[in-house]
Amino acid sequence: MKVKGWKDIPIGGVIDKPATAREYKTGEWRIQRPIVDEEKCTNCMQCWLFCPDMAIDGRLDGKKMKLGEVNLDYCKGCGVCAAVCPVDAIEMKSESEFI
Amino acid sequence: MPVKLTVTGAAAVAHAMRQINPDVVAAYPITPQTPIVEYYAGFVSDGIVDTVMVPVESEHSAMSAVVGSAASGARTMTATAANGLALMSEIVYIAASYRLPIVMPIVNRALSGPINIHCDHSDAMMVRDSGWIQFFTENHQEAYDFTIMATKLAEKENVLLPVMVNLDGFITSHGVESFEMLDDEVVREFVGSWNPKYSLLNTKNPVTFGPLDLFDYYFEHHRQQEEAMKNAYKELPGVFEEFEKISGRRYDFLDLYKVDDADYIMIVMNSTASTAKYVVDQLREEGHKVGLVKPQVFTPFPKKQFQQVLNGRKGVVVLDRAMSFGKEAPLYSLVKSSLYEVASRPSLGSYIYGLGGRDTTPEMIREAFEDALQGNLSTDEQRYLGLRE
Ligand code: SF4
Ligand code: SF4
Repeated sequence: MKVKGWKDIPIGGVIDKPATAREYKTGEWRIQRPIVDEEKCTNCMQCWLFCPDMAIDGRLDGKKMKLGEVNLDYCKGCGVCAAVCPVDAIEMKSESEFI
Repeated sequence: MPVKLTVTGAAAVAHAMRQINPDVVAAYPITPQTPIVEYYAGFVSDGIVDTVMVPVESEHSAMSAVVGSAASGARTMTATAANGLALMSEIVYIAASYRLPIVMPIVNRALSGPINIHCDHSDAMMVRDSGWIQFFTENHQEAYDFTIMATKLAEKENVLLPVMVNLDGFITSHGVESFEMLDDEVVREFVGSWNPKYSLLNTKNPVTFGPLDLFDYYFEHHRQQEEAMKNAYKELPGVFEEFEKISGRRYDFLDLYKVDDADYIMIVMNSTASTAKYVVDQLREEGHKVGLVKPQVFTPFPKKQFQQVLNGRKGVVVLDRAMSFGKEAPLYSLVKSSLYEVASRPSLGSYIYGLGGRDTTPEMIREAFEDALQGNLSTDEQRYLGLRE
């Protein structure tokens, strides 16, 4: 999010838009990121169900749910997905590997 | 037709509030402000005003209720004094930083301790950096007039700052004197209706007041407050002019009394200016070129006006009714720093007077003037009027 100068913000600290946290990128402070091994993944959707930040997308493929992308704007690297995956398809990798 | 009323200063202020007819008044009574709240509660219970009166259990709650009310978009007022203001002070800062145009008469009283309920300006000085506009008034007429002008200024779109209208405890608040009251409709038209940009009650455009600001934007919001103060300074001459049109009374940042040819000038705020004017008259009769400057606006501090009027004078004495322990007295230090930039600096003297309601006699005022006349002023020495050695 781009920070603004004093002339460009509402006065008095008023938030003049209906409340939303959508613009807060809560994943910015993540130190680990989940990497899904698509070969191993069975699309059981446990990780999608358990992710506390709704950071994992699911998409409908016909009548079946399929695992989508991990939204890194909101994934905060907690590792819950990796822990619940019954087939160990998710590996938590250090963010430093992606710089 | 304006009418002459002979009442206490508290009643004069309550009448100004009645004519402004704010949507909400939340207040707690504290000596010597109590009669303002009492009169106003009377107006509310008699159905003379439409105001919702919120009696609270403390000043902290009063200011909290006032902030909530003003954030909801209601025209809101309260009044307090001394320790009541101290108890409010946490929320006093919040009112200013939320940019809520609250108007609050302050009936100046010593801020303990030891306990004292009489007049001095230590309460107003305690909150001088809280971001409120501060007016100081000499008598009933000014307390009434400035309460009305405060509402007009506070609600200007480029200002949106709360305003304190200071009047001297007991001397002005409880003393009886005549003042001219404008017609209700004239005042109502002057202050107009208040249409805030943001309102907590507007469900069509919901907003949040008071979010966490931290290091991201707190600094920027304070810079905005400074800009609003500058705007208040720019808007004030217009407010004075408009008020003159409805009242015939001309106000300015500084009230100047016999200063045109004066070599020696005294600076003093509020009711003591009346005593000082009397002494100026006496000294003038004796052939001394003396004059008086009474600041009506303390925040934003009218530095330029002080520079214009003080440049080239021989001697200036500044009287403070509050101490700033370990530092120069509040009014004195600001006057002194204003003079840093003038071409010809007068000699300066700092005098503390009237603490805790100590009577200030013409003799004491004369003492300060005489120091100036005799060239016996010392910039670095704080002197005391009426203090027993
Ligand atoms: S690491 Fe945590 S936040 Fe990120 S996708 Fe997995 S469960 Fe969700
Ligand atoms: S929990 Fe594991 S197997 Fe199930 S969808 Fe997620 S990554 Fe695939």
